Amino acid sequence: MQAFLKQGGGLGKNPVKPKPKKEEITKNKPWVEKYRPKSVDDVAHQDEVVAVLRKSLTGADLPNLLFYGPPGTGKTSTILALSHELFGPELYKERVLELNASDERGIDVIREKVKKFAQLTANTYRSAGKKCPPYKIIILDEADSMTKAAQEALRRTMEKQTKTTRFCLICNYLSRIIAPITSRCSQFRFKPLSTEDQKKRLMMVCEKEGVKISEDAMDSLVICSEGDLRKSMTFLHTAHRLKGEEGISRNDVLEITGVVPDEIISSLISSCRSNSYEKVQAAVNHIIAEGHAATQVLTQLHDEIVVMPTLTDDKKSIVMEKIAVVDKCLCDGADEYLQLMALSTTIQQQLAS
Amino acid sequence: MSLWVDKYRPKSLAKLDYHLHQAENLKMLVKNGDFPHLLVYGPPGAGKKTRIMCLLKELYGSGVEKLRIEKHMFTTPSNKKIEIATLASNYHIEVTPSDAGFHDRVVIQELIKTVAQSNPLDVSTQRHFKVIVLTEVDRLSKDAQHALRRTMEKYMNSCRLILYCNSTSKVIPAIRSRCLSIRVPAPSEEEILKILTFVCKKEGLTLPPELGRRIVVASKRNLRRALLMCETCRVQQYPFTADQTIMEPDWEIYLRETANAIVSEQSPKRLLEVRQRLYELLTKCIPADVIMKGIYNELMHNCDGTLKSEVTQLVAQYEHRTHIGQKDIYHIEAFVAKFMSVYKQFLEEGFDAMMF
Repeated sequence: MQAFLKQGGGLGKNPVKPKPKKEEITKNKPWVEKYRPKSVDDVAHQDEVVAVLRKSLTGADLPNLLFYGPPGTGKTSTILALSHELFGPELYKERVLELNASDERGIDVIREKVKKFAQLTANTYRSAGKKCPPYKIIILDEADSMTKAAQEALRRTMEKQTKTTRFCLICNYLSRIIAPITSRCSQFRFKPLSTEDQKKRLMMVCEKEGVKISEDAMDSLVICSEGDLRKSMTFLHTAHRLKGEEGISRNDVLEITGVVPDEIISSLISSCRSNSYEKVQAAVNHIIAEGHAATQVLTQLHDEIVVMPTLTDDKKSIVMEKIAVVDKCLCDGADEYLQLMALSTTIQQQLAS
Repeated sequence: MSLWVDKYRPKSLAKLDYHLHQAENLKMLVKNGDFPHLLVYGPPGAGKKTRIMCLLKELYGSGVEKLRIEKHMFTTPSNKKIEIATLASNYHIEVTPSDAGFHDRVVIQELIKTVAQSNPLDVSTQRHFKVIVLTEVDRLSKDAQHALRRTMEKYMNSCRLILYCNSTSKVIPAIRSRCLSIRVPAPSEEEILKILTFVCKKEGLTLPPELGRRIVVASKRNLRRALLMCETCRVQQYPFTADQTIMEPDWEIYLRETANAIVSEQSPKRLLEVRQRLYELLTKCIPADVIMKGIYNELMHNCDGTLKSEVTQLVAQYEHRTHIGQKDIYHIEAFVAKFMSVYKQFLEEGFDAMMF
């Protein structure tokens, strides 16, 4: 019997098709995934968080965590790295529950799935007899998109299961998490990466992948990504793919990042100076036809206006207020053409008077 | 017989007519048989869809042209069933999640997971990933966009997303930072003219340069519109004459008449008449922002300098409200009424100034 089973298993296990080589898959992996930090120490630029988490690795207790900060600063990477280090590959599956906005996360799921998982007890020993932390981790990624009711349902569960379960909530905006939850967690702010740290990371990747990139291209890459490491990593990867052996120049970077060319912004401003409605309309029409994003135009226009020497402070503040209003309207889904027209006529008025 | 727009749609990256540099870059991008998630954006009629299809063909070969329509059923948490039609080939699937209204999040969650979790059996002969094309991403709700975020990363091994939209303003930054953005600008007037002449030559027609130029101006840098106009002209009258009328869409004419009615008289009675016309437009499924923009552009011809900027502020304000409010007609009508009062005041002031 035993032999028969073995043989059957052997037949089934003998695949005719060759499996995809692991090498090939990793080669195709985007660099963002490939160079995700493997350990907590590997996380760039977030020293306070790393210091606390390292303690928990050496045996200290882990509090409930709440990570917040802008996109691309390493929130998800940090907690993933931590749980991998804590549990290792064999225990990871049974000790970590990862839920994100793509999963159904209404109040029912919190009541059923999360609660059930939280109630399971955790062993202090691994199968091999080695010690391991006596708790499980529930990662709630993108927690700011959870409904209020679901967050309410979480409150008591979090307290009751402290013996066996740690929660880690990740969000962009702290204000969208209800106060009872924030007071139950120790909060860590992830700050946008500094230019040096980001450069160091990118340089490391460049070295490993053999990317040729000029000094000023690297600078503009870092500036354009605004402290978002994932963004700059994606840009670097695609720029490398596009250019390959030629090496990446500054213009390539600007093209990929979607920055509006300076000529277009300056032509819009000069049309505002001209006191002719038709010229403004033509300039705005041109921007829309070229497909530039209105929000991007807004940011760059803002930078220009702030340093404009011909405008007095009073006038600048009027324009700034209008920019804020337009930005809000765009967020609500208003038409780009009309909003840009409204902004440009305001600028025109302020320049003329 | 298919329309010229479809008949002369370029089928491969090498055959594109303009933005050649970009086409070259796209080719490089897929040369290794892999690409990151893409976010393609640009004004309507610029050739976004054409480029996406060319890209897919470059990647998978002619298999992507064998399309079939599939119906997918989804169940929302409240047990409501929604049906979504998708366009699929063996290698890619195209969905418009915003068809599902505010249930679009469910579509994203379910669809991407089912597609992404099924790995292709034989990786040696085909690509190891599938492509999901999501259209009109800018009309997705915030919930649905959040649902996309982690999903995009998690299933990177087995699927790639191509998102396409008219403007990235409405796409949340978290998604933008995960995609390579590709901007497709509208073709310049010369490029449209060149294409029109080329198409006419292929059809065995002669297009007088003056007529071509007029079509190009009327098309407002929208290639699809230019081709459709040209074809309409052909149906109307052939051989072409340089001064033949170019058929404009009838709603544009209707909008112009409405605007003229507003300018010629400002009274409650006229407002009622205008309202009738606005309802007519809305019931014909002309979107509110198109109506607002059309009326605004026509009204501008009748306004003076200071009035112009005032009206611009007004239209921006009321158009924004249509997106927040529930019924469009209120806000369009409010704009018309407001314009009437501003305009009348302006006229009376001018009249008073003349008297004294």
